[in-house]
Amino acid sequence: METTAFQKIYTKIEQVTKATIALHASGVGNEEMAVVNDRLAQVVKIEKDLITLQVFSGTEGIPTNAEVVFLGHAPQLSVSDELGGRFFNAYGQPIDGGPEVDGKKVEIGGPSVNPVRREQPSELITTGIAGIDLNNTLVTGQKIPFFADPDQPYNQVMAMVALRAKADKIILGGMGITNDDYLFFKNVFENAGAIERIISFVNTTENPPVERLLVPDMALTAAEYFAAEKNQNVLVLLTDMTLFADALSIVSNRMDQIPSKDSMPGSLYSDLARLYEKAVQFPSGGSITIIAVTTLSGGDITHSIPDNTGYITEGQLFLRKDTDIGKVIVDPFRSLSRLKQLVIGKKTREDHPQVMNTAIRLFADAANAKTKIENGFDLTDYDKRTMSFAKEYSEKLLAIDINIEIGKMIDTGWKLFNKYFSVAEIGIKSEFVEKYGRSIENKKN
Amino acid sequence: MSTKGKITGIISNLVMVEFDGPVSQNEICFIIHSEVRLMAEVIRIGGKTAYVQVFETTRGLKTGTIVEFTGHMLEATLGPGILSKNFDGLMHDLDKMTGIFLQKGDYTPALEDDKLWKFKPLAKPGDEVLAGSWLGEVSENWIPHKIMVPFIFKGTLTVTDVVSEGEYQINDTIAILTDTEKQEHKVTMVQKWPVKIPIKAYKEKPRPFDFMETGIRVIDSLNPIVEGGTGFIPGPFGTGKTVLQHALSKQAEADMIVVAACGERANEVVEIFTEFPELDDPRSGRKLMERTTIVANTSNMPVAAREASVYTAMTISEYYRSMGLKVLLLADSTSRWAQALREMSNRMEELPGPDAFPMDLPAIISNFYARAGFVYLNNGKTGSVTFIGTVSPAGGNLKEPVTESTKKAARCFYALSQTRADSKRYPAIDAVDSYSKYLEYPEFLEFMKKNISPKWVDNIILAKNILIRGRETYEQINILGDDGVPINYHVIFWKSEVIDFVILQQDAFDKVDASTPIKRQRYMMDKVLEVYHTDFHFDSFEDVNPYFKKIINVFKQMNYSEFESDDFKKYENELQEIIQERKKEKAEIN
Repeated sequence: METTAFQKIYTKIEQVTKATIALHASGVGNEEMAVVNDRLAQVVKIEKDLITLQVFSGTEGIPTNAEVVFLGHAPQLSVSDELGGRFFNAYGQPIDGGPEVDGKKVEIGGPSVNPVRREQPSELITTGIAGIDLNNTLVTGQKIPFFADPDQPYNQVMAMVALRAKADKIILGGMGITNDDYLFFKNVFENAGAIERIISFVNTTENPPVERLLVPDMALTAAEYFAAEKNQNVLVLLTDMTLFADALSIVSNRMDQIPSKDSMPGSLYSDLARLYEKAVQFPSGGSITIIAVTTLSGGDITHSIPDNTGYITEGQLFLRKDTDIGKVIVDPFRSLSRLKQLVIGKKTREDHPQVMNTAIRLFADAANAKTKIENGFDLTDYDKRTMSFAKEYSEKLLAIDINIEIGKMIDTGWKLFNKYFSVAEIGIKSEFVEKYGRSIENKKN
Repeated sequence: MSTKGKITGIISNLVMVEFDGPVSQNEICFIIHSEVRLMAEVIRIGGKTAYVQVFETTRGLKTGTIVEFTGHMLEATLGPGILSKNFDGLMHDLDKMTGIFLQKGDYTPALEDDKLWKFKPLAKPGDEVLAGSWLGEVSENWIPHKIMVPFIFKGTLTVTDVVSEGEYQINDTIAILTDTEKQEHKVTMVQKWPVKIPIKAYKEKPRPFDFMETGIRVIDSLNPIVEGGTGFIPGPFGTGKTVLQHALSKQAEADMIVVAACGERANEVVEIFTEFPELDDPRSGRKLMERTTIVANTSNMPVAAREASVYTAMTISEYYRSMGLKVLLLADSTSRWAQALREMSNRMEELPGPDAFPMDLPAIISNFYARAGFVYLNNGKTGSVTFIGTVSPAGGNLKEPVTESTKKAARCFYALSQTRADSKRYPAIDAVDSYSKYLEYPEFLEFMKKNISPKWVDNIILAKNILIRGRETYEQINILGDDGVPINYHVIFWKSEVIDFVILQQDAFDKVDASTPIKRQRYMMDKVLEVYHTDFHFDSFEDVNPYFKKIINVFKQMNYSEFESDDFKKYENELQEIIQERKKEKAEIN
């Protein structure tokens, strides 16, 4: 490691636990980095001159006479244009065989943006997926996770969204992803010819879990450099935040903190918010958009991790397999993009919000009709029509393999209304019915 | 000589300080960290060690660093210039800070020392005054900002001198007061007040009785809140808490709105920053920002300042209440504040209560809610602080400690329902589960009968009953099947759906529908109940659903049209025709 001359070397360790060591030292700053026998560590507690260090890769085999050198700074990342196309580990060290990045050293986890200096997000991000663009429109500067069960193709969808989103930089923060998934991302990005736009910080399942804690900050520090200083639109992908939170609970447990709900540290909300709130639209035009993945266990969103995430992020996207059409769809009921109101009907056609809401309402009616069948009841004519509508709606709009432009999505919505329902049944402002859905009147009633 | 100390330990933002003189609980101190001074608050004292929570990141702090104690608690700076400002939780002016990022130790003053205000005296020499008495006024935007006898004074004082009408700066002496011991005191336009102590410069705090219009139908027409009342909105994420709070801040009938953005998303505050300077206040015709003050401690700002932010906002509200104004304080969300308390209690290794929250959480919450209220000032004028807080229950479970504690303290409960939100029935307030305790106050019922309509209260009760019956009937239909129940069950259900779609549901993003004045609410309620009281004729249950959908559709078009406009009347006529289609003749009923 980067030890320089005249640094004091400590060799007497007082305590060793699974994740931490403690020693007597002076002049040490809080959150300062240190090297313990070539392993990186960080100051987490200071009591008089007893310094507690968290050793990221674990304390296995650390002797009481290990060499400890304090580096005099918090974790850093070298930032410059050279970051483009590179792969790094959780410490920001290259893992692609390339040279160290030459650039300005910046401490990770830096200060937050003054809220009055933020700009209101207003630029639409198009993905071609109607379950997102039509129902849950994304906006630059937004932060939104996929809530998905481990068996769902969230990484594939995320990679697809990233490539279609036309961002200047895509920064991948991989936490505890399998080596296979890491290679998947690498291949997809390389095949798309987009590699120069991509920067990756990866901690795979082969690396120690506590190291993961550094990954999101590394990714976001790089993002801040490109967004704030180079005025670029940066898209940050964080997968999987559940594993990040698990690492937090490991650390808090080893530090003897009292756990709150689901054995998570009491500070989980703040810890996650600090990261997600790095999503921002700068007045100068640069932006950071965060798309994350939070894996659920058995679809349970009341667990602390998805629950706290939901309160922080601006919506969430749910994937679900629709058995009617045998494809994965973006669930219209549970998914939500909070920032869509800033663009739909403004940057998109004015009938967008009403068409979107009506289609979802009718889809809900179809779900009720299905319940009726399950309970053994007869269906009304309306019920039957909603069910046919729902199937076609899933197939033509909700499925994730759709790739069309937003105007076309809205038209498809009108066509389906037209096919199955009367004007009274859709209940849209008559002004819009006349302007965009005129033909509907000739069809039914 | 003020007390000084030295850092002896650091755990996250909890810092241990060994001190040399007197130190008091909740005293503010500054850590001299190289070039910058970091603000901190004493939260526990043991022996020669004070435990302080730092309102900033403690990265890079070292033991041995000097700490200076200030001798006072966290204070708000009160004077002209607060209106339309954006403060952080410690009342530093966010707009004065330089750079895009918040730099630690960048503490900007809340008010402008050099700004000239047109002062008009209200008191004259010889007048006897109390703390909070009005000495003069300056006009702040359009609010007559009263310059008051500082709240810190006790007993009766005599005005010795008041400056004449003219332009003054906030630190100029504008009056001299003499106390009973013949001691003279100079009074300026600015005063300081510790945020954790309620301002009590009023004569009496009666039970509130005056209706406060919000323009939100499910609140006004079914669970009304009063001026000086308290309410809270618990709801899982995604159920529209924030949209509702923003609607309240835009439409509520108040002279001043204080928004405490406490531990929530920064983009939500940005929405206020961006939209409020553009939006018109329908009552005054001015911009909404002119009556709004924001205290922002968003979720990425220092956690310790979160608790301070709600107290700062409350203190500002109480200050303006003392001027005889109607203030509405909105806090989003109080759960984040409770979580900040939990983090600190955890670091101090206190024994935890339920869900690891501190044991005294219920007491802290009820003390806070108790600061709201309607008051008679010493000069006979009235003022009020209405407080509505949101709660973000973990996992959407209303049995968690913050929700339970708040339920005991707040008088109005607006339950946001996940099911309603999932079916996009916004605002997702469950009208049946929600309640307003004020409907039990005879003085309030009297007031509504007199000022809104004699039938108003009966209508509220009837409408709630219809909703409950509709829900029960719906369950029956689901159990027995569409054709397993009498046709009338379908009619009962759909009549409740009419109330749901027309009164409860409201489009917060439609220009007309977003806010409904009480006169219009009364009119629509009468119309909807007219449908309820009509007997309809149906041959088969299959006719019921499409018929009522037609009624609802026309009602919705009415909601989207300007009240009493041509369009509105056109739809109303259409509605009458539809009602006639299936209305039973008298003979048929008998």
